[in-house]
Amino acid sequence: MTRHPGGRDPQRAGAEVVIVGGGVTGLSAGFWLAREGVDVLVIEAGMIGAEASGRNGGGCSHHHSPLFAEEQRLWPLMDDLLGYPTEFRPERIRLAFSEAQMALYARAKINGEHQGFSTDILDAREAQKLVPLAGDNTVGGYFYHFGGHANPHRTLSGYAFAMEDHGGRAKQNTAVTGFRLAGGRVSGVETTAGFFGCDQLVIAAGPQTGRLAAMIGCDIPLAAARAEMIVTEPLPLMPYGGIDGNGLYGRQTLRGNLAYGGGPHEWVETEPGRAPDKPSSPLMSGIAARLATLLPKAAHARIIRSWAGVMENTPDGRPVIDHAPGVKNAIVATLSSVGFGLSPASGRAIRDLVIERHCTFADISTFRLDRFAQLEPDWRERLGWLPIP
Amino acid sequence: MPDDPGPSQPRFLDPKSVAGKAPVVSETIDLLVVGAGKAGLRAAIEAASAGIQTVLVDENPVSHETMGEEVPRHFGQAMSGATRNRNAMIEAFVASEPLFEAAFEAGVDIRLGTACWGLYAKGPALRHLPGLVAGLVDATAAMLVAPRRVIVATGRRDMGLGFPGWHLPGVMGASAARLLVERHAGALDAKRVVVLGSDTEALLTALALAGQGITVAAIIEQAERPVAPADLVALVKQAGIPILCRSVVREALGRERVEGAMIGTLDTEGIPTGAETRLGCDGIVLAVGAVPMIDLLQAAGAACRFDPDRGGHVPVIDANGRTSLPDVFAIGDCAGIWPEKSRDSAVAEAEARRAVDAITGRDSAKPALAPPCAEIDVSTYRKAWLRASVIHARAEFPLCQCEEATARDLLELRPPRYIGWEGQMPEAHSLAALLAAGPPDPDQLKRMARAGMGPCQGRRCREQIATLLALEADADLAAVPLASYRAPVRPLPLALAGLIGEAPLQTEHWDSWFGMHAQWRPFWEVQEHFTLAGNDTSGEVASE
Repeated sequence: MTRHPGGRDPQRAGAEVVIVGGGVTGLSAGFWLAREGVDVLVIEAGMIGAEASGRNGGGCSHHHSPLFAEEQRLWPLMDDLLGYPTEFRPERIRLAFSEAQMALYARAKINGEHQGFSTDILDAREAQKLVPLAGDNTVGGYFYHFGGHANPHRTLSGYAFAMEDHGGRAKQNTAVTGFRLAGGRVSGVETTAGFFGCDQLVIAAGPQTGRLAAMIGCDIPLAAARAEMIVTEPLPLMPYGGIDGNGLYGRQTLRGNLAYGGGPHEWVETEPGRAPDKPSSPLMSGIAARLATLLPKAAHARIIRSWAGVMENTPDGRPVIDHAPGVKNAIVATLSSVGFGLSPASGRAIRDLVIERHCTFADISTFRLDRFAQLEPDWRERLGWLPIP
Repeated sequence: MPDDPGPSQPRFLDPKSVAGKAPVVSETIDLLVVGAGKAGLRAAIEAASAGIQTVLVDENPVSHETMGEEVPRHFGQAMSGATRNRNAMIEAFVASEPLFEAAFEAGVDIRLGTACWGLYAKGPALRHLPGLVAGLVDATAAMLVAPRRVIVATGRRDMGLGFPGWHLPGVMGASAARLLVERHAGALDAKRVVVLGSDTEALLTALALAGQGITVAAIIEQAERPVAPADLVALVKQAGIPILCRSVVREALGRERVEGAMIGTLDTEGIPTGAETRLGCDGIVLAVGAVPMIDLLQAAGAACRFDPDRGGHVPVIDANGRTSLPDVFAIGDCAGIWPEKSRDSAVAEAEARRAVDAITGRDSAKPALAPPCAEIDVSTYRKAWLRASVIHARAEFPLCQCEEATARDLLELRPPRYIGWEGQMPEAHSLAALLAAGPPDPDQLKRMARAGMGPCQGRRCREQIATLLALEADADLAAVPLASYRAPVRPLPLALAGLIGEAPLQTEHWDSWFGMHAQWRPFWEVQEHFTLAGNDTSGEVASE
């Protein structure tokens, strides 16, 4: 791959690497590539980060993932690496309200320890001491000395700004309509704004990833769903913002808002090149009830908005980060509905696949696409991942 | 014709999904009317008289505390202590509107102090809903109801306009001031005010306030001459109210509350010249833009568009008030504000009758009353105000008061102040650069700079930010999309929302995320191939 930092014509159409998808995964990949002088262009059908990437709880605690160690290593460095604030804060506390929850939440402790991270078990009194908005209804919890949380909007801007500072480009409101293939290679991308040539292609387009990958003969089993969150007015900051549990994910933001989600999702169909409808629903009340239990001293706090996002899942809920089979220069990536927190590491893994052909810092063989080679063809019906008729 | 294949096999649906989890509603209603102004009351009376079971809700009188939070209007802390007396306010609210009596007589189920914070319509991404669902809240409970039809008559709000000191108590919106004076027994804590703006709405406000014994010290207008028609201007002059053109408020003066206003003159370009005079006043009434209150409709997914002849963004409606949502109608000010309508309530009441006629299957053949061409170009007018008052302000001040974002913060796209970030934003990432790369989008500005993200839900800054974007993009206001509204469109306490209840299946299957066993299996335990047959889903799982 040729590298030529600086001195490029900003009006040129193509790029060495074209990334389809201006979400958190594509932008992180764009940042890591641009940082090394690779000429990179991110093509986004709508606005940067306007879909699921900007609509999540901001958690950074993925102890089940092969990218976990890198996620934990990178987050504390991201503000400096990007040059912009991500609002990252380390550590996470999870509160339980029954012995059953206490038992379920132990898995994070086991997984963390497996990878060298410690967890303290909290009794009810210790939990209340660490979480000022908690009440005496908690039975205890866990203080995970790993994980943490960041602000998705801030982080997305950070990736995009930093990528541009390193000479990368982003083209918004540009939908991909096809790919030019010749001799087993992708030579460029057809879009609503014309053709963009490329040496390498990355598809990281969230719920659109399956449809786009199919255009280069790559079959990724994916289904899309809508999920939602609520946000309260700001409250005084607790010492740790990464507080969750009781069937909720979320955090207290550095601004003080409680931002939490959970509960049932809705499987939806998406359309090519168009942002999905993502209304919120009265599910707000179910989230509110559980949040008032999680943090009873915040029960007076007022919800000031709710919102929904649409994200994709593979049948096993695990990411795909892999070379597209049968195409020499294309990489496909979906983080399967759990992409924000892992993004520093997933973008770096994609950078590795582009430049080194393999991930240099983690064994991501569980993200191979061919793990689905024996998947039942009617998997979607069998799982019931279908819109209600 | 092919044979009917008969009913298909019932699909198996993911038990962790919304399937089978319709919201729990406490009541089914034939017709829900939201808003008890002239339009809503008239609609409720006509519907009930036609035998339709009608519930009419209105959030007014809202509590003193809610007013203090600038909900649902920009009260500017200018409500008097009298608003603490809830029973007196309810009495005053009812007594001030003669149509209430007819509504009671017609058998309308009237619920005052009840806000509608959400409206949900069954659709492609809300398939589990039974139909329409509305969220209501009063002082003690929140609930969901299932209305067969809804008429939205939520009225109007005011465009905010910033200047140094505009956070001081006593700076308020015109519709808030009128609501306090006319519907809350004169519960406005101001004796001498200046009114900003000189269109019909502004002059009607000035006359209404003067009619209630409040001194209007001056009307301030940035344009060269008053905007309203000559007859109205003459009425204002007869009332002894001076109109100061080519002027803006340079600063609201006062320590604890407004004690005066520095009025500055503008040059022919609309830029402050530096000449200033002090006007003593204890209130500054913002009447630079009366705006249809479309929050409930837009959050529900009703198609909206910018219509300069109707005061800004309005729901797309047919001649009888039908919105793009089946069985949802919009009437009165929320469907459009124009001078003739504001000066004669018969216009809004006619809209109400047409909507009820449409509901009872008697669609009117006559064309609906429509606004004539607006007396001002809303885009040019609002941009001129913003430029003179905000962009050329003599000091920085928060444009978004909740999130403390100044106009400069927005122009530089600075990360919000609460982070305490001390870095420098490069020119390359300014708002101007953003606008060069794509169309203006207030939602993008929300995400990047938090403007409009606070507890007042953007009530005070929304139109200003749209106007700022139009100015910076050198575009017409019509080119700036509406910053999206989100339910709850009234701040809703967790404790009240949590009382609504849920389907038993929702309780049984609740999980923080998709509830998939395989998603959280640690990578060192993952098999080489994934099949559903080989997927172990035994035991409880909690998403991480």
